[in-house]
Amino acid sequence: MTEPIISIQNLSYQYALTEHPALNQVSLDIGAGEYVAVMGPCGAGKTSLSLSMNGIIPHMMAGGIEGKVFVAGRDTAETQVRELARVVGMVFDNPEFQLSQVTVREEIALGLENIGVPRDEMLRRIGEVLEIVGLSGFEERSPLNLSGGQQQRLAIAAALAMYPQVLVLDEPTSNLDPIGKEEVFAVAARLNRERGMTIVIVEHEVEVLATYADRILVMSEGRVVLNGPPRAVLSQVEALGRYHTRPPQVTALAYALEPNEHRLADYPVTLEQALAAIPS
Amino acid sequence: MAEFPIEADRLTHVYPGGVQALKTTSLQVQVGEVLGVVGQNGSGKTTLVKHFNGLLRPSSGRLLVMGHDSAGQPVYELARHVGYVFQNPNHQLFSTSVRAELQFGPNNLGLPPAEVQTRVEEAVAFFDLAALLEQHPYRLAFPLRKLVAMASVYAMGPQVFVLDEPTTGQDHEGFNLVRRLVQRLREQQKTVIIVSHDMALLAEVADRLVAMWAAEVIAVGTPREIFADDDVMRRTKLSPPQITQFSRRRWPGQPDHLALTVAEAVSWLNPGH
Repeated sequence: MTEPIISIQNLSYQYALTEHPALNQVSLDIGAGEYVAVMGPCGAGKTSLSLSMNGIIPHMMAGGIEGKVFVAGRDTAETQVRELARVVGMVFDNPEFQLSQVTVREEIALGLENIGVPRDEMLRRIGEVLEIVGLSGFEERSPLNLSGGQQQRLAIAAALAMYPQVLVLDEPTSNLDPIGKEEVFAVAARLNRERGMTIVIVEHEVEVLATYADRILVMSEGRVVLNGPPRAVLSQVEALGRYHTRPPQVTALAYALEPNEHRLADYPVTLEQALAAIPS
Repeated sequence: MAEFPIEADRLTHVYPGGVQALKTTSLQVQVGEVLGVVGQNGSGKTTLVKHFNGLLRPSSGRLLVMGHDSAGQPVYELARHVGYVFQNPNHQLFSTSVRAELQFGPNNLGLPPAEVQTRVEEAVAFFDLAALLEQHPYRLAFPLRKLVAMASVYAMGPQVFVLDEPTTGQDHEGFNLVRRLVQRLREQQKTVIIVSHDMALLAEVADRLVAMWAAEVIAVGTPREIFADDDVMRRTKLSPPQITQFSRRRWPGQPDHLALTVAEAVSWLNPGH
């Protein structure tokens, strides 16, 4: 791996008034340009991990922290959230929750005004990021009248306008219909492939992640318990079960046909791999 | 009991302002049937099912609940027969403890206290909520909150359950729990109507699917029939589950080898298994 863009070092975090740590001694490097997917059951710490990458943890949450997070070489504990927002863009699961302005243009301008971008530069960036997410021509529309997929692409555009190096997406498709899901996955994949943007995405859609991700992390009880390329991680069918996560359906099929706990498992994890690997 | 707990007879719905949200729809849903309603957002799914408990009223045509025209029957009356679990549990939960939440519906039906107690206990056992009874629903994580919402409808014991996107935001455990719930409701001869984008869930549990596009029902059939219908899949822009896609390409032109579950595909590839 090249120099990591995000380096998490022995990070533990516990929210105020809770009994268990949300993150428990997590160490993790993410390289520039990687597409990293984070899976795991509810309560495993996926959202807390996301929030630690842009300084919302620890700056805007009450809790106790140990360990260090460096983003583009800067210690997040000693850097303001608005500064970190220029490095790490964040998109949440509920697009309506993030959108507050009257028009699409104002929605994107909001973050740029906060960091003092001059007007001409602002208009140029708005045009550019709307083009990237396929919303050119929507400048005067109300965010509330967009489809779910369009709203989520607008939220991505607003994050991109800050010219971040990393985009963190926390369950960005969970409230979308199949067309909207596909739109969001396609934009994230294109940003990664064509612009080398680092993508960290929390998702349950394992069949989709298996085709897009360079690396998959599985979290359980505040720890990263599996970490590697999709085929290496998703082939560990029994371990995934222990962590209340499931493999892609074709992987479950291959495992059922030839269960193998002993050798290093290597099952197909995508449809094309399965068609090549499983004889009829 | 009525032959069809839910029957739509030339039902249409036009929203104020003139948008036709549902074109002429006739549909009969049976006792013990699990019916999936699929389609993109805005295709009319929610408009259709909101008629089933009176949240929306037909612009024309009729909607029969337990064999009786729902016209003139207030929502609280229809709620005896049709329970509606919203996609967002926050739209549904308002009590200060899980116990109070579960008691509310049966109490509201005017059931005697002993019966209310029995209903609550059954719901608690089925959804495994014993440890959460004194908690505030809003203190629970989203998947648990959603389970409480389902349990509160379950405690009312309706004949018909409408589940709106029951697996959205759920992890693998939540998915399995929804699947078990639906199977158990079927065993109890309930009628379950599931609005969902989760094709893997519907492939496993649904007897029939209603496919909607542009305010219209464009196909009704078994999951196998719908997933094998290229025209319907193309028009609705829906994708069958991965295992179904696998089986169609592994056994092209063999409609009897269209797998809905991993177990089915395993049985064809490894008959002795």
